[in-house]
Amino acid sequence: MSHAISVPRRAYRARRGRVLGGVARGLSDHLGWNVGWVRAGFVVLGLSGFGLVLYAAYWAWLPLEDAVPGQETGGRDLAGVLGLGALALGVLLLLSANGIDLFSSWLTPIVLVGIGLAVIWRQSDDARRASLLSDVGASARVTTATALRRGGPRVLLGLALVFLGVLAALVGRVDLGASMRGLAAVLLAAAGLALVLLPWGLGWWRDLESERRARIRSEERAEVAAQVHDSVLQTLTLIQRASHDPDEVVRLARTEERALRSWLYAPSGDPDATFVAALEREIADVEASYPCQVDFVHVGDVARDDRVDSLVAAAREAVVNAAKHAGGSVSVYAECTDDQVEVFVRDRGQGFDVDAVPEDRLGLRESVHARMGRVGGSVRVRSAAGEGTEVALTLPVGVRSWT
Amino acid sequence: MTDPTDDAVGSAPRTLRVVLVDDHRLFRAGVRSEIGDRVDVVGEAGDVDEAVSVVHATHPDVVLLDVHLPGGGGRAVLDACATDLPDVRFLALSVSDAADDVIGVVRGGARGYVTKAISADDLVDAIRRVADGDAVFSPRLAGFVLDAFSSGTVVDEAEDALDALSPREREVMRLIARGYTYREVARDLVLSVKTVETHVSSVLRKLQLSNRHELAKWAAAHHVV
Repeated sequence: MSHAISVPRRAYRARRGRVLGGVARGLSDHLGWNVGWVRAGFVVLGLSGFGLVLYAAYWAWLPLEDAVPGQETGGRDLAGVLGLGALALGVLLLLSANGIDLFSSWLTPIVLVGIGLAVIWRQSDDARRASLLSDVGASARVTTATALRRGGPRVLLGLALVFLGVLAALVGRVDLGASMRGLAAVLLAAAGLALVLLPWGLGWWRDLESERRARIRSEERAEVAAQVHDSVLQTLTLIQRASHDPDEVVRLARTEERALRSWLYAPSGDPDATFVAALEREIADVEASYPCQVDFVHVGDVARDDRVDSLVAAAREAVVNAAKHAGGSVSVYAECTDDQVEVFVRDRGQGFDVDAVPEDRLGLRESVHARMGRVGGSVRVRSAAGEGTEVALTLPVGVRSWT
Repeated sequence: MTDPTDDAVGSAPRTLRVVLVDDHRLFRAGVRSEIGDRVDVVGEAGDVDEAVSVVHATHPDVVLLDVHLPGGGGRAVLDACATDLPDVRFLALSVSDAADDVIGVVRGGARGYVTKAISADDLVDAIRRVADGDAVFSPRLAGFVLDAFSSGTVVDEAEDALDALSPREREVMRLIARGYTYREVARDLVLSVKTVETHVSSVLRKLQLSNRHELAKWAAAHHVV
């Protein structure tokens, strides 16, 4: 609902819980009034005619509330419209019972035409909403067509009501046979006119479509231009300035590559929510700080929790160690299965004798082993002189007794 | 890039004939200058039509094929050459991380996939390996395979099921994903390098022939692109 959003509040027509156009519901949401009172107000004012004008004006000018996916209004709309129709019919019958002739009265045609128009307009409202919802790319027209097809019965109902209204206005006033001939003449003329105007209409429609596509294209181009300007051009400038320092050039290029990739291809997920995305973020961070290339391959994913976070932190330490002591290219492989999460960090450096860990490798021992030990995980380090080093981190999951 | 290819593969006495297909002229020039003294670059192409005619005209041992090409992508080149020239081998080369792109060309008949960041030495080894009829799996491709076959039930090694990896193949794929070379995989699993190559080729065959849902989805997505 609109009042849940803190940015400048605007009045909207409501999409849910509406009877006609959502004006009363929208106003009651906006003003914080009871929707019943707003509706009653409209009805009372409506008796004098002013309320109808007011309602129509609100309908025309208030934008429809933003769509919330998964909250499509279903058949209740149609039910509401039918209910209103039944109500109107009841009023009419009541009037006729009180001696007002339905067919000679001016009231019936106006009410019928009015309801018919209201149904059609509401339908077009919904169709536009559907096309706005999916207003990305060329699918919009298809969706509009679908919405029209879905709303076909309602449009037909509206047309029938309008037709009935016009008929009611004619019946009893004009000679029916003559009016039918007149009607036929009018229909023929309308058909002829439609045929004559068809080419212009089609041309206008095509112009509209091509203009719309051109607009989408130019918007996309503007977005790409902004991206290129903000990132690629800046990085290229930095690279020219840092041309004396190969490590810095590689680092800048890697960082930019990463940023471009995450923009071009969908990122693996929300770094605050899932393990792989969180690890990916840490790796990008390490790559930006050390002259190394990390090749990250992952299979499966798990949601983050405190233990998984410890694994991510330990893996980061292992990657930092590899980047600091070995440099070059580092392989990181993460695999999530039903019962465990494993991370392998492998470098191609000099390697070392695991049993004789030198003092400067305390980082690995302290941060990685301690972190993994606290959450019930394990660390295996495999290394030999000249063979590079591989740190394997294993975290059993599914068993939650530690937490 | 730490491709599982830095072990010398029976260093072939003859010079391999290679065609480079990539729409970036600068990239082709770079690759040619890097590997040109170790293989014979007999042709270059910048789009699908050019590639198809160059490959037919020169009949190379290996085609280095960019996944993204104007005129239909690397897959179109594979489709146009695979039946006429069954002994020409293709090695896919891409900057893309997207699984559907990679799986698409591998299913189209490429014998392997490496990223463009690969070192010149690794690339030459990969070309030799592909020319010998073996498969070249980068860690990333191994990761894709494990992902795609992950939900499959583990089958008996003797059983020739296309839809699942044998436990041994899975082990090999996991080590490759961890950045191991074929030789390191062989040492770790106490196998011969030849056996590792056999396992990898068998995985490649499954990747190309399997009708697994995920693979079909990737292939379909690739055709849409």
